[in-house]
Amino acid sequence: MRLWEYRWGLAFIAPWLLGFLIFYLFPMVASFVFSLLDFSLADPGATTFVGFVNWRRAFVEDPEVLASVGRILLFALISLPIGMLFALAVALLLHSRYLLGTRAFRTLFYLPSIVPFVAAVIIWQGVLNEHTGWINLAIEGITGLDVTGTDGIRWLADPRLIYFTYTLIGLWGLGNTIIIFLAGLQGIPIELYEAAQIDGAGPAQRFFSVTLPLITPVVFYNVVIGVIGLMQYFLPPYVINMGSGFPNGMTNFPMIYFYRQAFTYLNMGYGAVIAWIIFFLGLFFTLILFRTSRYWVFYAGGGEES
Amino acid sequence: MREQRLLLRRVVFTLGVAVLAAVYLLPLMYGLSMSLKTRDQIASAKLSILPLSPRTWEYEGRQYDLYEVPVDGEVRILAMMKRGRTSSVFMDPQQPGEQIVWEGNWRTLDRVWKVDPQWSNFAEAWKATKFPVLLKNTVLYAVITTFGTVLSSLLVAYGFARFSFPGKNVLFVVLMSTIILPSAVTSIPTYAMFYFLGWVGTWLPLMVPAFFSNAYNVFLLRQFLMGIPRELDEAARIDGAGPLRTLFQIIAPQATPAIIAVALFHFFFAWNDFFGPLIYLSGKGDLYPISIGLTVFNNMYTSQNHLIQAAALIASVIPLVVFAFAQRVFMQRLIDTGVFK
Repeated sequence: MRLWEYRWGLAFIAPWLLGFLIFYLFPMVASFVFSLLDFSLADPGATTFVGFVNWRRAFVEDPEVLASVGRILLFALISLPIGMLFALAVALLLHSRYLLGTRAFRTLFYLPSIVPFVAAVIIWQGVLNEHTGWINLAIEGITGLDVTGTDGIRWLADPRLIYFTYTLIGLWGLGNTIIIFLAGLQGIPIELYEAAQIDGAGPAQRFFSVTLPLITPVVFYNVVIGVIGLMQYFLPPYVINMGSGFPNGMTNFPMIYFYRQAFTYLNMGYGAVIAWIIFFLGLFFTLILFRTSRYWVFYAGGGEES
Repeated sequence: MREQRLLLRRVVFTLGVAVLAAVYLLPLMYGLSMSLKTRDQIASAKLSILPLSPRTWEYEGRQYDLYEVPVDGEVRILAMMKRGRTSSVFMDPQQPGEQIVWEGNWRTLDRVWKVDPQWSNFAEAWKATKFPVLLKNTVLYAVITTFGTVLSSLLVAYGFARFSFPGKNVLFVVLMSTIILPSAVTSIPTYAMFYFLGWVGTWLPLMVPAFFSNAYNVFLLRQFLMGIPRELDEAARIDGAGPLRTLFQIIAPQATPAIIAVALFHFFFAWNDFFGPLIYLSGKGDLYPISIGLTVFNNMYTSQNHLIQAAALIASVIPLVVFAFAQRVFMQRLIDTGVFK
């Protein structure tokens, strides 16, 4: 009976097991091996073992790798807090007892996330156009300043603005984050608010002493998912200008650089190194988040009674 | 009195949120507005939401532009027959043949506009992007991989949910950890493998892996299967059904909501998938999915914003329609998986 069960169990998970071996385990090992080779698919016959030359190149000789890491960190530092605050604010509005037609609004705020990513980026690219985009035209209409001219606000071409511009585009992909925040808010027991009210807490105090601590697990989850996703940020810069790094190389993020090395120049060895850097970057920040979580994430029903 | 105050508060609050939602969705309006204009209308940079064209009037086989002309204290709509710097000659379309000389600089006059949506932009974008080909590729990819991933993920989820075997827990942790592995790490050797198989430049590298299940979908289905009472399996077994028949005839119908959710989500994933098609189909224009085709179009037709916006909207129609039918499943599934209790 036991043996029969083992066999069936393994038979059922066989598709995943095979897939894991072929598409995860083997490539991960191979990816490390590749990083030690001078290997180009343009000329597979000329592959040679070079040891840690690719690694040294990435960390010492090629400033572009660390520069791209710095860029994505700066971008994450700007876009993650703004994105999280925006999503949380929308979720709070949707959760408010003063809102009529909650479900219709929930759908409306989720709508942009349904627009295919490429189409969404293209639409924003138009909205942000410095001469004909609605953002500059609206600013000009309201303030009377000439922002659509040659020295106007160049959302997509000004290196000082570009990360804010991409953050703005990113606000359209936050549907999932908003819904998850909303679910977290709906999970807060109503009794806690009633108790706080009896203790004489006003709306602001209720928010800071009940709502905020109780949704920290959801914030934590969203931030982890957000960081892992951001380290692989690729699509918008590619759609808008084919990953050229425009303006000033500011959008040469690690994943863009990885794509260029691996699939444009076919440097499989060097590309593998950059891929590992992307992997460790995500892992490093995920670990930091987990390590520090006990200082800022509050799990109801766990830990000390407060 | 108190009830009235509460209602007022609600109405005001809801209106505020409605304004916010409108601003958030404004880019969609922009896309629609631009896609109905001509190139000249966009370039003239008028902040008009409606696609407008100057109105003209035909006289003796020629077209003349219409202007709002102040004559004797009233504004009349007249056609400009001859332009001059200090005076121009007009004609009233109501009384053809009679010329009116107007003193002043014609540049100070406003033209007469009419709403003139260029629906043909959509047809043009449809043709220029070769949209039927893109659509066929995308639908084929989405349907085949959805089928593959649902079938294989259901088998694997059933294995994890109902059977015990050595190392099961470790394997499940391994499965979950693959969710957060960046695709970059595995993509180079996987690409090399498919390259040596001769599959690069075909859809195979993108479709075949879908039949080996997907960790996220396995997790979701397993959660659901664990909520189905075991008595069902046991009853089926007593009736002489094998594990496969039990799964497909008894359990799968019970798990329909979760299966639909997984299928839907994978469908959207496939519709948006970008990096895979980009590396495997590079240079194969007739195999492109919408995501790649649209990107190429965007970078080729940079000066034709009206066509680009039209193409972006065409690409959004099907996902939006699917979402309209399935939004409840969407929200519920997000809540099920998004928050770990």
